[in-house]
Amino acid sequence: MRSFTYERATDTRAAVAAVAQPGARFISGGTNLLDLMKLDIEYPSHLVDISRLPLREIEELPDGGLRIGAQARNSDVAADPRVRTRYPALSEALVSGASGQLRNKASTGGNLMQRTRCPYFYDTAAGCNKRNPGSGCAAIGGFNRIHAILGASESCIATHPSDMAVAMTALDAEIELLRADGSVRRVAITDFYRLPGDTPHIETVLGDDEMITGVLLPPPLPGRQVYRKVRDRASYEFALVSVAAVVSADRGTIREARVAFGGVAHKPWRSVEAEDALTDRPATMDTYRAAAEAALRGAVGRGHNDFKIELAKRTLCRTLAQAAGAS
Amino acid sequence: MIGQAVNRVDGPLKATGRAAYAYEHWEAGQPLYGFIVGATIGKGRITRIDTEEARNAPGVHLVMTHLNAPAQGPRDESIPFEYWRAQPVLTGPDIHFYGEPVALVVAETFEQARDAGDLVEVEYRVGRGRFDFGEFEDDVYIPKTVNAGLPTDTAVGDFDAGFAGAEVKVDQQYTTPYEFSMPIEPNACMAAPRGEDLVVYVSCQITDAARDSVASTLMMDPERVHIVTPFVGGGFGSKLGIHSETILAALAARALGRPVKVTLTRQQVFQLVGMRPTSSQRVRLGAGRDGRLAAIAHDVTMHTNPDVEYAEQTAATVRSLYAAPHRLTSHRLTALDLPRGSDVRAPGEAPGMLSVESAMDELADVLGMDPVELRIRNEPTVDPERNVPYSDRHLVECLREGAHRFGWENRPATPASVREGRWLVGYGVSAAIRGHFQGPTTVRVRLEPDGTAVIQTDMTDIGTGTYTILTQVGAEGLGLPLERVRIDLGRSDHPSSWGSGGSWGATNSSTAVYRACMALRTKLLDAARGDTRSPLHGRDPADAVFSDGTVAIGDASEALSEIVARHHPDGVEAEGQTRFMGDDPNYSDYSINTYGAHFAEVGVDADTAEIRLRRMLGVFSVGRLFNPKTARSQLIGGMIWGVGAALEEEAVVDPRSGAFVNRDFAGYLVPVHGDIPADIEAVVLEGYDDKANVLGAKGIGEVGICGSGAAVANAVFNATGVRVRDFPITLEKLLPGLPAMVG
Repeated sequence: MRSFTYERATDTRAAVAAVAQPGARFISGGTNLLDLMKLDIEYPSHLVDISRLPLREIEELPDGGLRIGAQARNSDVAADPRVRTRYPALSEALVSGASGQLRNKASTGGNLMQRTRCPYFYDTAAGCNKRNPGSGCAAIGGFNRIHAILGASESCIATHPSDMAVAMTALDAEIELLRADGSVRRVAITDFYRLPGDTPHIETVLGDDEMITGVLLPPPLPGRQVYRKVRDRASYEFALVSVAAVVSADRGTIREARVAFGGVAHKPWRSVEAEDALTDRPATMDTYRAAAEAALRGAVGRGHNDFKIELAKRTLCRTLAQAAGAS
Repeated sequence: MIGQAVNRVDGPLKATGRAAYAYEHWEAGQPLYGFIVGATIGKGRITRIDTEEARNAPGVHLVMTHLNAPAQGPRDESIPFEYWRAQPVLTGPDIHFYGEPVALVVAETFEQARDAGDLVEVEYRVGRGRFDFGEFEDDVYIPKTVNAGLPTDTAVGDFDAGFAGAEVKVDQQYTTPYEFSMPIEPNACMAAPRGEDLVVYVSCQITDAARDSVASTLMMDPERVHIVTPFVGGGFGSKLGIHSETILAALAARALGRPVKVTLTRQQVFQLVGMRPTSSQRVRLGAGRDGRLAAIAHDVTMHTNPDVEYAEQTAATVRSLYAAPHRLTSHRLTALDLPRGSDVRAPGEAPGMLSVESAMDELADVLGMDPVELRIRNEPTVDPERNVPYSDRHLVECLREGAHRFGWENRPATPASVREGRWLVGYGVSAAIRGHFQGPTTVRVRLEPDGTAVIQTDMTDIGTGTYTILTQVGAEGLGLPLERVRIDLGRSDHPSSWGSGGSWGATNSSTAVYRACMALRTKLLDAARGDTRSPLHGRDPADAVFSDGTVAIGDASEALSEIVARHHPDGVEAEGQTRFMGDDPNYSDYSINTYGAHFAEVGVDADTAEIRLRRMLGVFSVGRLFNPKTARSQLIGGMIWGVGAALEEEAVVDPRSGAFVNRDFAGYLVPVHGDIPADIEAVVLEGYDDKANVLGAKGIGEVGICGSGAAVANAVFNATGVRVRDFPITLEKLLPGLPAMVG
């Protein structure tokens, strides 16, 4: 039997030091890690429980932004009045994810670190380069309806399952990382996640001696924010495609926009191409369609997921129309 | 009492966690825990199996494989109902389907057993499996009969001529996927040796079948096998028989002389209990311009496991549904190296009505006719294939009442014509029919000297409400308050029944309880009337009234407890029975069914094709109801299942390995609360079917799912103008047919 040791961290820096030992992992809400341990996909020898660290606060930043502590629960972030009024896309994204029970447990940092829902990742008898590097990708040539259409590789076509991270990507969030030596670095969320390449088991730039301590949201772009999630049932289901959009429009012309997709890639997919196609363009369906074509230009279907390309375009168009409408 | 909306009598036990399920029982000391190791190939042969490391792992007591498994009785095909047959496991090195048990590891804890299971080394010679239904769909054979002993093919009139001559035709192909029963409680068992006997706590639907199956597999005297299953966390067909978890627990318990528990993981439930076969269905309807059907044909091809044939009666439903002079039905099977097909709620009707009732909607569309009216126009006067009268058919009333209540007149007459904001809105209707069955059941009712009644039968309560309705029937039968009736279910040492399944459990056991109560009444009256000490001495029994624990004749009365105490100081009992339907002339002289009509309104997102149910209504005719509350739960549960079948449920096979890819509830979607609007209702027409049984009641466990998916599918067509014939209707199948996006 795989036994493991457990400690409850009371000090942030000590927690970072504790996780540096081989085989150690952080645990917070455990909504993903415990499943993965039961299914023999992850088998840490030591768990450092960081859920009680003093990282639960949501604080104002001097520049008018917000700092969300890494241990703030998803349900608390979603319900925070400052988040709801200034970053409604984030609140909508959080509420659209998982279930009430899971959101009460899940932490902000844990949500960022959750792993793919690819069924072959969960099947220890199947080849999966992410779970077992070098064993191949059973999803390629297999049942790949929920898989990536952008940025995938021949090693891995898995998607990142988070809704929250998609909204944060459109909101230009930065991830705050603490090292054991006490130093802190900030990484833009788009740089935090990696594309699969030939090392799909390495999903982020987080170092072995680092811990996520918070997420920094800059003051929001003026304009309307929308998070739209498309899924096979009304609740408790991961996105087939989701779109987070922030659009600044002025008298029928889009001045600036932020666009991120979920469910389409190994990471929340920021589309600078779509944003460029929107800037200084009239707020019309033709513009949205052009932005959608730009965003999906490199998209590749794998068979079952071919439909996601058109679905992503249509979802983006409608989301942009909503975000640009009557603002 | 019968017909009252009584709350579940076992509700408090369940709500407080005191109802013990199979895996929670505890007897004869600390149990051991077994874990099943499954094959990781879909077809082939074990060439080497090394259990040494597993046997030496901490806490491990036993590793059983085909090399050391005890001899077991063979599957005896001459036993008419498969659930009573032996279910041998670990019988040899051949692998027949992905996940098939190759070893059982028994250890002190579940975790130790599971971990040691990883240490069992198995090498295979991989064979060429047949896994892909589409690839082998045309390589079929004709089964001797289909499920429930129904004929494989039927023909009435001259279908080819009738269809060729029809003014209007529909000829379409529909497909339905692999689906699972998936009750919340996975299949689980604890087997405990007691001397030469074996007590088997198992989650099952038919106690009697479980006993025979365990006994014949382990080659034991059935008298020495004691099944205990007082509470079952859902079955839906998947627990009609027992499975490898029970046989392996029993074998290990006997080998070790200790209680052994085995449960399936959720993923294993997708591999080891069987599923609704995938199907390809051709439906042909030929009609006149007035909508009257001249010809109906339903031809079905399904998968079967090559070793355990299962032929779902998918084309049988249409045999009794609509009038038409020329008719054809057929069932064909293609053998695939997949888990066996098995009964999943409403076998036959659920997938069959999805296609037939979609085809009826297609016909209505071609005719430009109201689909409710089309169905009414084809109402038969006698069962068109059996040529016998219906016992109590009210399909037309269900359709009319439903149309009225639902506001069917507001249905968009033209598909894809109503848009509310982002939603394309549509209405759909479907008929429902489900055969009613009767099986042999014996119940013992015992009246104690304190005036309480105890009802004993091996009948199960799989969450349906058996405890509650038998309490009601017993209370009414003996004139007792509800709290003085105690129900003792799920023990094979009690009189035997056909258990729960096929929607027969409630009527079988209630009828038997009622008869036992009538026999007890006679005994009590005979005793009192012949007893000079009784106030009822010499009175006419025809005038007896049993109520509130007393029996009164005219102005004289006596408490039941006094009669029992005086004449039967140890209590008095009587048995009541229900007989096999084949021995009851009503079931050959009449076509006895339940009926319904489903109405659904859906919204389809005009941009993304997401489908959301907006409201739904089912109107049913099921004879007399025992309990409107438990009945409503069952009917609505069935309707919701139909919504899932139409829109979500699908188990996907990876044709490279033969494994189900989405074998958990994250990947195998069923409706959640968010999918089901508050505006969903089941209405039951007043009724009494005097041909069904003495209580006038019929089964309700499955009619709710029959046709409900088709109503949703037809509403999707009405909303979008896109007909999807490949179930479930997921959004990618609608997307190409959606309107272009504007402003």
